[in-house]
Amino acid sequence: MSFSQARWMRGNNVLEPSLFEIGRAEGGTVIAEPEEEIVSLLGGIERIIPEDLIRKELKLPGLSEPEVARHFNHLAQMNYGVDSGPYWLGSCTMKYTPKLVMRVADHPALRDMHPYSPEELTEGLLSILYELQEMLSKITGLPHYTLQPAAGAQGEFVGALIIRKKISDLGERRDEMIIPETAHGSNFASAAMAGFRVVRIPPSEEGTIDMNALKASISERTAGIMITNPNTLGIFEDRIVEISELIHANGGYVYYDGANLNAIMGWVRLSDMGVDVAHLNIHKTFSAPHGGGGPGAGAVGVVDQLKDYLPVPIIVRDNGGYKLSYDLPKSIGKVRMFYGNVGVLIKAWAYLKMLGSEGVRESAAIAVLNANYVRKKLMDSGFEVPYGRDRPCKHEFVISLAKIKKETGVRALDFSKALIDEGLHPPTMYFPQIVQECLMIEPTESDSIEELDRYVGAMIKIKERAYERPEEVMNAPKRAAITRIDESFANKALWLSWKIYEKSKGQEELDR
Amino acid sequence: MIAHLSPNSSDPIKRTMLDFLGMKSLEELYSDVPEEILLKSPPEIGKRNDHIEIESLIESKLSKKVKLIFTGGGMVDHYIPPLVDELASRQEFYTSYTPYQPEFSQGVLQALFEYQSLMAELLGMDVVNASLYDFGSALGEAGRFSIRVTKRKKIVIASNVHPERKLVLRTYLDPVDAEIVEAPMDDVRGTVDLEGLENLIDDSVAMVYIELPNFYGILEERAEDIVNIAHSKGALAVIGIDPILAAIIRPPGDLGADLVIGEGQHLGSPMSFGGPSLGIFAVRMDMRLVRQLPGRLIGMTKSVDGQRGYCMVLQTREQHIRKEEATSNITTSSSLIAIRAAIYIALLGPNGLRKLAEKILYNTAYLKERISKIKGFKIPFSGINFKELAVSSSVPWERINRNLLSNGILGGFIVSRLFPEMDRGKNIALFSTTEKHRKEEIDMLVDLMGEVEG
Repeated sequence: MSFSQARWMRGNNVLEPSLFEIGRAEGGTVIAEPEEEIVSLLGGIERIIPEDLIRKELKLPGLSEPEVARHFNHLAQMNYGVDSGPYWLGSCTMKYTPKLVMRVADHPALRDMHPYSPEELTEGLLSILYELQEMLSKITGLPHYTLQPAAGAQGEFVGALIIRKKISDLGERRDEMIIPETAHGSNFASAAMAGFRVVRIPPSEEGTIDMNALKASISERTAGIMITNPNTLGIFEDRIVEISELIHANGGYVYYDGANLNAIMGWVRLSDMGVDVAHLNIHKTFSAPHGGGGPGAGAVGVVDQLKDYLPVPIIVRDNGGYKLSYDLPKSIGKVRMFYGNVGVLIKAWAYLKMLGSEGVRESAAIAVLNANYVRKKLMDSGFEVPYGRDRPCKHEFVISLAKIKKETGVRALDFSKALIDEGLHPPTMYFPQIVQECLMIEPTESDSIEELDRYVGAMIKIKERAYERPEEVMNAPKRAAITRIDESFANKALWLSWKIYEKSKGQEELDR
Repeated sequence: MIAHLSPNSSDPIKRTMLDFLGMKSLEELYSDVPEEILLKSPPEIGKRNDHIEIESLIESKLSKKVKLIFTGGGMVDHYIPPLVDELASRQEFYTSYTPYQPEFSQGVLQALFEYQSLMAELLGMDVVNASLYDFGSALGEAGRFSIRVTKRKKIVIASNVHPERKLVLRTYLDPVDAEIVEAPMDDVRGTVDLEGLENLIDDSVAMVYIELPNFYGILEERAEDIVNIAHSKGALAVIGIDPILAAIIRPPGDLGADLVIGEGQHLGSPMSFGGPSLGIFAVRMDMRLVRQLPGRLIGMTKSVDGQRGYCMVLQTREQHIRKEEATSNITTSSSLIAIRAAIYIALLGPNGLRKLAEKILYNTAYLKERISKIKGFKIPFSGINFKELAVSSSVPWERINRNLLSNGILGGFIVSRLFPEMDRGKNIALFSTTEKHRKEEIDMLVDLMGEVEG
């Protein structure tokens, strides 16, 4: 198999031109215009808006429909997606999105549902969302849910605010959040946004939470811990129950970051691990697509003692029907308008309906099976797995290319770019930061054994090439739409819009 | 059982792979999980459904009962051109992740850069981030942004701002101990009371925030004066705008705004009961502002071979690098909705957007004119309306809306239902009209409203 990404070129220096270069000063598709009868009744626009407030100039590009269609199709062809091939981006769970879930979300009755529709029209949809909450409760053991957060990080913010408000209602002064150094970056940022001081703890030699460091960091100021399990090394924190007990005994709360739930869905319930509040990434674990960076959804589940703090409104069952309730006096408030990314959430509902009880468990196990299969193949071929070699990994694992770098100069970054030339999306690079030159590999349950073997084969080939012809790896990619991007130039030039680019006379710079 | 989704779930392959690992069963993959928390059987979420079952299930729960939507309240019924749905359905756009590998993701990067560029033109600003979640959280981020930029902690917002956004702002600011003050409103005009606003402004104010149109659908005609008042005390002037309105009135950048936020869902994305949406966040090219931006930013650059390309820039502001010092925790945001907006703006172009805005403006004025002439109804505020219209009624709105719904029409949003404080004792319902409505449909709405006797 060989690969070459589409490369639409105009001249030698420009891939697909900008809309501003394709378009003309006038033009565009008029989808609607004022009706003559109304205009003749009301007169000119200046009769409605004061003359000095009317816009005189709109410098947008004017294109015909076929020009717009071709432009964006060219762009799409210069982008890799999950339906293009393996996408082993660790901690992102790039699983395949069944097209049925896309169709469900595209139902005209949902698309055209106004958020302030009367209850008699929303009941069916609310029953779906309620059922989704119930299914998430069954999977996690957390009895109460909000579907409002628009993404995982917003779920973290909600969870942290819930803990903060509960603590303040108890009249306590706990303002520190313990976060393992290997945690996702958003954990630190969310805790800080919610007003907590972050206390970092290093991992043990096994790659799990260092119990001594944890004990030393707990104090009367501890509000809780934010933890992901399996952790970002793909290792299950087997002392999780003990960790939760330590935090609870000290009056704190356990927050669970659900980014890695795909490994244990159907195998371990969060409530059994002692979790008090958790967010789930609907766009990772529950098959909603990632949209090039959203929209996702970040459902948040809590235990009984935190349920009064959920954002408003919540969905309640009422005489066999379903409605939205704002009657939650202790609520943290609201983090976005309306009720959440319903068009994303409904995909999780359809996905869980497709899987059923057994399917949920099987799906997680296949993700873990794939990761272990790939890990062993890579270890057998001399790749270094610095943590957790003596036990099964979960849905992902981390390799270090430090030795290759030392011996050949080829970095994890170069290695990743060489994978692109094989038509494979590289793993997450340089995370977690405790591992030098690392790649974080998450194959998901979607790839066939043939694809797993192909990916492993490509890695072995690139490793060999690193020793034989390292400059070839360092000059990759050659078969993507464009060669290596100069990111430091981007940060110097700061061409953040076409307008700025034109102003800065960027063209000369580029031609030089 | 699930081999149609996960090919390695088929028994022979599973066996091969387990053998390779020296394992007997899938359970062994979980041997590191303590016995006492390992589930012996899966959680009961119901049986597996096939395609046909799921399609008929959804059909039984969702059915379209409404022909015409005149409901307001911040989200309204716009027309979505087929090209937007078609292009946004390309898997390269919707299944990919945040473009961390730029060489492999030029399509998404350029599309987002074009969103930033088109939106910057439309709003008269320079720098637009690559999306926030929605208008509400954009206001929350705006509050925190203004505090970071000015090192001040007092936030002044117009009292006629959408109440859901006010609540989001409060939630976002709760941990930072900021003071939020509401500027009074001129109860006749429905716009901000300038004198009242001026009295609240001192040199502890981080930002002054107004909306065009405001919750009651009214334009703040004196936006430019408000911007100047804010600037006179060194506060940031922040404007929340319906981007379609910017095609017909002087854009917020031209009015002097430092930061512009808004809802981009109007530009080619469905309502879907309120989400997904698109939070717009735009500033002037001033590094004091740019360095504090929340969210992703795409920049144009070049490849090592000198070709024009795109990548994410100023990532040191962001959570994956800066952690607790980041400008925001946001990561996954609303890229696909931003790409939809880019396609929409590109398709309509200057002519299409202007005509669209004109039609909405005329339809709103016409609806207002018609309603003001029927018995039992009053237009409570005399300001200029765009898209949305507050209407007072002497009879309960529930009765009017029931009559409308029996004719397949979704009527006004009854404000007191959720926000009694915003009703101002005027028994207000918020109506909207868009490019979708023809004159005879507006006439039908008004005639049906007139049918209900007091």
